[in-house]
Amino acid sequence: MTRRLLLLLLPIGFLGVALFLYQGLGRDPSHRDSALMARQFPAFEATTLRDENRQVDQTLLTGDVTLVNVWGEWCPACKQEMPQLLELADQGIRMVGINYRDTREKGLEFLSEFGDPFDVNVFDPEGSLGFDLGVYGAPETFLVDANGVIRYHHKGYVSPEDVRERILPEVEKWR
Amino acid sequence: MALIRLMLTIALLALASSVMAAGIEIREFDDPVTEQRYRDLTASMRCPLCENQAIDDSDAPISGDMRERVYQLLQDGQSDIEIVNHMVQRFGEYILYNPRLENRTYLLWGLPIALVLLGVVVVVMMVRARRNASAKALSAEERARLDALINRERSS
Amino acid sequence: MFIKMIPEIGHFALVIALLMAVIQAVMPLAGAATRRPLWMAYGHPMATGQFFFVAIAYVCLTSSYMLDDFSVANVANNSNSLLPWYYKFSAVWGNHEGSVLLWSLMLAGWGYAASVFSGDLPRDMVARVQGIMGMVCVGFLLFILMTSNPFERLLPNMPQDGADLNPLLQDFGLVIHPPMLYMGYVGFSVVFAFAIAALLGGRLDAAWTRWARPWTNVAWAFLTVGIALGSWWAYYELGWGGWWFWDPVENASLLPWLTGTALVHSLAVTEKRGSFKSWTVLLAISTFSLSLMGTFLVRSGVLTSVHAFANDPSRGFFILMLLAITVTLSLLIFALRAPRVSHKVGFNWLSRDSLLLVNNIMLVIMTVTVLLGTVYPLILDSLGLGKISVGPPYFNALFVPLTVLMCMFMGLGPIARWKSMNASELWRKLWLSGAAALVLGGVMPLLYGGEWNVWVSLGIVSALWIVLPIVRDLFDKTRHASSFMAGLRRLSLAYWGMVLGHVGIAVTIVGVAVVSNYNIERNVRMSPGTTVEVAGYQFTMTELTNRRGPNFLADTSIIQVQRGDAGRSFVMRPEKRLYIATGMPMTQVALRPGLFRDLYVAMGEDLGDGSYAMRVQYKPFVRWLWLGGLLMAFGGILAIVDKRYRRAVSRKSSAKAASATPGASTSGSATSKEATV
Repeated sequence: MTRRLLLLLLPIGFLGVALFLYQGLGRDPSHRDSALMARQFPAFEATTLRDENRQVDQTLLTGDVTLVNVWGEWCPACKQEMPQLLELADQGIRMVGINYRDTREKGLEFLSEFGDPFDVNVFDPEGSLGFDLGVYGAPETFLVDANGVIRYHHKGYVSPEDVRERILPEVEKWR
Repeated sequence: MALIRLMLTIALLALASSVMAAGIEIREFDDPVTEQRYRDLTASMRCPLCENQAIDDSDAPISGDMRERVYQLLQDGQSDIEIVNHMVQRFGEYILYNPRLENRTYLLWGLPIALVLLGVVVVVMMVRARRNASAKALSAEERARLDALINRERSS
Repeated sequence: MFIKMIPEIGHFALVIALLMAVIQAVMPLAGAATRRPLWMAYGHPMATGQFFFVAIAYVCLTSSYMLDDFSVANVANNSNSLLPWYYKFSAVWGNHEGSVLLWSLMLAGWGYAASVFSGDLPRDMVARVQGIMGMVCVGFLLFILMTSNPFERLLPNMPQDGADLNPLLQDFGLVIHPPMLYMGYVGFSVVFAFAIAALLGGRLDAAWTRWARPWTNVAWAFLTVGIALGSWWAYYELGWGGWWFWDPVENASLLPWLTGTALVHSLAVTEKRGSFKSWTVLLAISTFSLSLMGTFLVRSGVLTSVHAFANDPSRGFFILMLLAITVTLSLLIFALRAPRVSHKVGFNWLSRDSLLLVNNIMLVIMTVTVLLGTVYPLILDSLGLGKISVGPPYFNALFVPLTVLMCMFMGLGPIARWKSMNASELWRKLWLSGAAALVLGGVMPLLYGGEWNVWVSLGIVSALWIVLPIVRDLFDKTRHASSFMAGLRRLSLAYWGMVLGHVGIAVTIVGVAVVSNYNIERNVRMSPGTTVEVAGYQFTMTELTNRRGPNFLADTSIIQVQRGDAGRSFVMRPEKRLYIATGMPMTQVALRPGLFRDLYVAMGEDLGDGSYAMRVQYKPFVRWLWLGGLLMAFGGILAIVDKRYRRAVSRKSSAKAASATPGASTSGSATSKEATV
């Protein structure tokens, strides 16, 4: 009798595994949190997109809650999320852009065509700041608090729902 | 959710195909040991963008950047552990194909070893039980006959 | 008119096939339970009809591809009018919907074959097998019709031309790899049906095993070839020279192969000795369950993999339900009906029985390890413990020692006698082989590469330790024959099957060990006139040209290769292709295959100044990987054409008599022995 009971553990054990598989179904396997969450924004030194003589560094991101958006002219989703970013800027949120793996010419062309919600655009043609941020494709958006600590990370396209349901609440939370 | 995923896919695809087939770089190494370390390191790191590829055989731009960084750090004389930490700090544990031994991976590394030990116990217990069983179940004469039957085919 | 309706005819045929499968799932089982021959008799016509209608559906889909009917979504998404006809033919299974249809076709085909060739089994047994097969078919046909209809139309806005087949899949390897793999996966459904039928009928005897063995071997052989082809395809098509990456999709095929291999061996014990019965049944259930699980992992999108099909959670949910129902029900039946151990068939420490026990335990540990590594990231993620990756370094670190350990026992297996054998006899037969394996394995890497490598040495020692005792055994077995050849001819085909299977594994091990450690790779800059030397071969780029293929444009390098100064020279042509319809750039590698080495040249990007980055690789013994796979598969097939099984078919009465004996007793196993001697 005990043998039968032991054998009954087999289907029960399998159902346990199946439960995990079921949980996995609703998830996006490519979704990951940034490794920099709750850490200081990486140190950098770079020029800005508009002015090749102006040097900026990580102190750019202290003093106020800032949304940092990594974009490039070559990235179609960046163009599509611009209206949402402009709306965020209209709401008084400080925006900083990182022009990632781009040329000055193309980047400025992009801004004049799709609008410029950014306070400053950091020029990152080699993607070295992007690399230190763990960026592996644009667009990516980081929320940095007044102390320069990364508090939220959004990978990919920012939709109007994302703005309402995730980004605005996060901004409020860290203000 | 579905839309985000779709958009993400489109964004990533655009990035991937614009600079595809860039996986072959020509690099100079000071010595064969460094070259081998470079190969091992790039073979054991996962491309964060691709589906499931190591950075050494991925065409994604980020993989190229990561290979370049590994190469630079090797030139700077950093150790393997330092290089791995450097990458994990930026891209997370996800990029390690060889998961580190820590609380959450004890089971991953431990279970196979535990199973081997359990296997030894099972074999010992089963053979001991079966040895006794054979002694009880058959008389010597029966057993001899059975052995002959069993092995007849083999000796033919 | 008729031609325009082809997709609808196909769809309708699938619905009819589903209805027939439902009848096949219900009537024969009900008939077997209530002993009504008329009900049981529904099984065969329904299996036949179902096969017929699924085949019609399959022909319809293929016709839509051949006729470039882009109003069918599946064709529009995966084909193109410029695609050569043979790729249109194989594009049918180069996508999710079509491949499920192919899978169902094979399932129905195997069901039909099982129904035809089981004529001499007891009627209720056949009825149960048909019923179980019917149930599995219902599951898959429902899956197609509810979530993955390949006949869906894009009307009224049909595209002018198709989006084209993924260039990676435009290749001969893809024409044959998936069908072989699916034949393996699906073949195990027959073994599964046999196992459940035996549990339901309470008849798990030697006759049952003798019926289950050929089906297992055939399915296993297909799966082996399928895996080998997949590895070969990845090797020459993906452009980086790898042949196994422990990708979830590869693991999904390896898992049923491992349990299937265990099953092949455990069936041998069950047939010859009447022991391990419950275990054999459990392995049969596990093997098919793992095939289903692989399907789930590949098609549901829970894991990221290079080869994953378009992911859709609703499909994933359906397969998960199918998997959950199948596995839970069969394990429940197993728990309730598995034969009690009323007696134990004895064996000793040194016996073939105990070695096969070790073999089974090792294979199960390997299976669990691979499964664990494959689903572990998923489980951690579900528990909110973060994202990790488990990849080649993990699997190699565990799988290699496990394989070496198993090889140690594999050398003993074919020599050992059933039941018991004394140590001095074993020592007498093996010491020479063991010593030779150690010495040769230690020295051969030196002779070959000049640079001694412990892993190569270990690989060769393992391989020799598998092969040499078999060679010794062949001499022992032929000692009394008039000549060596005459003696060899007298050996049974089943024995030869075992020999080939084991030699195959040894050949694969040598391939893995050598190519993993002595592979030479150089990335070089080449322009017309440049010469580079890799592993004693001079590669000279003589020309850079362009050409236009049927659906792509290509930059081609012409590379003259010569070994040393005296060797015969030949030309290799690596390409960079741009596929017109998708705009996808692809690397087409140039390969010079050989039994002892492959030369592998891939063309990288234009470095400006007219030169290109090229990857030149020298891959020793890489062919042995797949050669070993083919040998194993051939061995599996050889074992079932043995006269033992042919006689079982021809002598109906004796089979019936044997199967009528209630199993699980000494008399049962004695009967089987007399039948086999």
